[in-house]
Amino acid sequence: MTDLSKIRNFSIVAHIDHGKSTLADRLIQFCGGLTEREMTEQVLDNMEIEKERGITIKAQTVRLEYKAKDGETYILNLMDTPGHVDFAYEVSRSLAACEGALLVVDASQGVEAQTLANVYLAMDGDLDLVPVLNKIDLPAADPDRIRQQIEDVIGIEADGALEVSAKSGIGIEETLDAIVEQLPSPDGERDSELKAMLVDSWYDQYLGVVILVRVVDGVLQKGQKIRMMSTGATHEIDRVGIFTPKHETVKELGPGEMGFITASIKSVSDCQVGDTITLDRKPATEALPGFKPSVPVVFCGLFPVDASDFETLRESLGKLALNDASFHFEMESSAALGFGFRCGFLGLLHLEIIQERLNREFDLDLISTAPSVVYKIHMNDGSLLELHNPADYPDVVKIDSIEEPWIKATIMVPDEYLGPVLTLCTERRGEQLDLTYVGGRAMVVYKLPLNEVVFDFYDRLKSITSGYASFDYEMVGYESGDLVKVQIMINGDPVDALSMLVHRSQAEFRGRAICARLKDLVPRQLFKVAIQAAIGGKIIARETLSAMRKDVTAKCYGGDVSRKRKLLEKQKEGKKRMRQFGKVDIPQSAFLEALKMGDN
Amino acid sequence: MSDLPEIALYVHWPFCQSKCPYCDFNSHVRDQVEQDQWRQALVRELDHAVQEAGPRQLKSIFFGGGTPSLMPPETVAAIIERAKSSWQITDDLEITLEANPTSVDVGRFHGYRDAGVNRLSLGVQSLQPDVLEFLGRLHNVDQARQAIELASDLFDRYSFDLIYARPNQTIQAWREELNDALALAGDHLSLYQLTIEQGTAFYTKHRLGEFKMPDEELAAEFYEVTQEMMEASGRPSYEISNHAKPGQESRHNLVYWRYQDYAGIGPGAHGRLKIKGQKSAVLRHRLPEKWLGAVQSYGHATREVISVDLQEQFQEALLMGLRLREGVPVSRLKEIGDFLQQDRLDILCEEGLVIQSDDKILATEEGRQRLNAVLDYLLN
Repeated sequence: MTDLSKIRNFSIVAHIDHGKSTLADRLIQFCGGLTEREMTEQVLDNMEIEKERGITIKAQTVRLEYKAKDGETYILNLMDTPGHVDFAYEVSRSLAACEGALLVVDASQGVEAQTLANVYLAMDGDLDLVPVLNKIDLPAADPDRIRQQIEDVIGIEADGALEVSAKSGIGIEETLDAIVEQLPSPDGERDSELKAMLVDSWYDQYLGVVILVRVVDGVLQKGQKIRMMSTGATHEIDRVGIFTPKHETVKELGPGEMGFITASIKSVSDCQVGDTITLDRKPATEALPGFKPSVPVVFCGLFPVDASDFETLRESLGKLALNDASFHFEMESSAALGFGFRCGFLGLLHLEIIQERLNREFDLDLISTAPSVVYKIHMNDGSLLELHNPADYPDVVKIDSIEEPWIKATIMVPDEYLGPVLTLCTERRGEQLDLTYVGGRAMVVYKLPLNEVVFDFYDRLKSITSGYASFDYEMVGYESGDLVKVQIMINGDPVDALSMLVHRSQAEFRGRAICARLKDLVPRQLFKVAIQAAIGGKIIARETLSAMRKDVTAKCYGGDVSRKRKLLEKQKEGKKRMRQFGKVDIPQSAFLEALKMGDN
Repeated sequence: MSDLPEIALYVHWPFCQSKCPYCDFNSHVRDQVEQDQWRQALVRELDHAVQEAGPRQLKSIFFGGGTPSLMPPETVAAIIERAKSSWQITDDLEITLEANPTSVDVGRFHGYRDAGVNRLSLGVQSLQPDVLEFLGRLHNVDQARQAIELASDLFDRYSFDLIYARPNQTIQAWREELNDALALAGDHLSLYQLTIEQGTAFYTKHRLGEFKMPDEELAAEFYEVTQEMMEASGRPSYEISNHAKPGQESRHNLVYWRYQDYAGIGPGAHGRLKIKGQKSAVLRHRLPEKWLGAVQSYGHATREVISVDLQEQFQEALLMGLRLREGVPVSRLKEIGDFLQQDRLDILCEEGLVIQSDDKILATEEGRQRLNAVLDYLLN
């Protein structure tokens, strides 16, 4: 066991691209965690893993040994946290495993929205922060201005901020010294009942489920029977280890230490992030604070383009869920899109990641319905319905009121783009909470309904600011709203996949937009097609697609019969990807395109 | 009158002087054709076809291509003679030959008449010099006029083809061209909208953007104008692209569209006929040399004989039959089997695209203009 005073558990807080990974690599290299040769290999592996991890959103730890100026050797546990607020809770648990953090800010870019979100999470976890100005050797670096910005925006003392270039290896030793000198050591009782926090878990094909832990009190050893306090599940530990970053088996993990355990666990659903691990025989009386079961906030339907891929999709989702306890899915059927799954995500990024993995790793061609949020519907009979899918919207006469989720959005944007950003937020029913200027950048804080954000908000924000805005959000809770269900109908038949719950003030605009888009997407049919948007029985928008005018083969003689039949068969093949609405057949691709959140 | 089942005979002559850029038919350019061998081979394959089909009464012979007007009249005569002696013939046996209007071809018209050809179908394609050039035709407008004139003198019946809805063509220009054509026309005209087929020079040029085809709206207008003018001239359409005075339809082509039996000989020729009671699709080898070699070795150059099952027959009967203004007799469909999707048919009827009466199903004018989609809707 390591003397608690010689342990430092720290994390790195940064915006994407501000150099977090490079700095981590340098720290590892400096402490001799890897040889020069391994470094190259490892860094490459790491980047691959990091990419995957960035996608699976897994925390990682590395144990470093550093001989400080005082001549003592310290154990520095670097906790690499996921960097996006979709995973705010996961990040908060990773941070809770640390006593301090390096706050890395790009010396020319300055503080970004994501930096702030993570800083606040670190502050919530009572972490001590050491500011680090990275990329100090770039010509555009302006350390004085950024120091001032850190003090203005974050409100912490930044005079002593370290000047570093992770890329060029400047200021690495100073950073390690600062970790030892400025960050506190952990507390903990070796003789108390075991309390270890489950920081994260993932499925490894050789080891089974690997659990990343931070021991608070007590000791973890091989052969112990552990219990997950939230679920009561018990498992026997068959391996205790650390990452250096290579994984290495150790005899035990004591108070203040970080590492991993494996316990022949088959499913990550037993491993809730933030749960407390204790001993089955001698359990702790109280769990560690802060545990929250993961709750999806954004839902969408995922459907295979080719119906025969349904089983493959089911299998693939199962594999993803194996690695990601926060991902939920259940079967769903849609008249427009066939059989698929209703999936729940922690946020939009999480949704994108899962979609991308399905495409990339499982080679599945998918259609996803427009993302929707979870509405709370208060029924007249006093019951409460949580609506995950607009298609399940109950009979309107039975509804008393509806609540929708709101977020607090923080947007950092260069001054010249401020106007359009404010307009966008206002259009999306936003309420301005704050507006401050820092240097040439404005920071606006808006309260926004989440359902307005899941509908192409990111894309719009990106396009109106030429990509310069950074955006972050946190959930602030539910509020009642005047929400209506807009249905899209094709020749009078509702298209369930396109129905949406929107604020009454937006209903007409959104209905019109989707009808116009469908008109362009649906190929002309034998029959006239009416495309309508409706609230209840009331039509709020209508487009008419006129019938096709001519489609006939000019020449068809004796030799052409076989050819004609082949054409017919080809058309039939094409129909597999069509959905029937009354008397018209509409290609799935039209719905797919209509569902793409885009430039309307 | 005989009780024997009827049959029509298609003879494919695969050679052309040059390949037209729009044509995806089985046609080939050769410096030299061994005419004796070809004559003998065609007659031999005819013998085989006669055996395959069994006793029949022959109602039509059609020489198509390629360019059949490059055939020596003796070859045409030999085939006609052998067909007539192998099968019984109907009183009104129609013998059609497709011809190009170049002077060389026209020189053989007398010979064809003497061989027994009683109907000539001329590949005029256009009455405008620049268009003939664009279409890669070897004749000029004067030759076309002279060929038509000679055909009307020599043959009982004649027809010619025009290609319209071409790049850059205006409706007005087509009206004028069609009026010119009507002044020359006999009782039958075939008017085809230009289509761009894979495996043709036009396909590549079109893809490269060298010319633009009329869009759907304009193509529809072309079609509608054509229907209206031909109706007014007393030669209404009896099929999508074919127009005739009543009674002057191509009897041979009606066999195809009525899904009756026909045998095919020559390279790439198709047949659809009952062989020992089973409706079969017969296909000959396409490549001239391969076809010739096969016939010389085996007496025929059959590539495949495929049984057409009842559902396919039902589909084919409608695919072909709905092209005709007269429609498809319900009795004919019932003979094949009950494959009709009545619910779909009802919708097509409601929409005015199809009419269903006690004895027939037919596509309306609106329906024929969109026939591919109608068939897709009805049969898939």
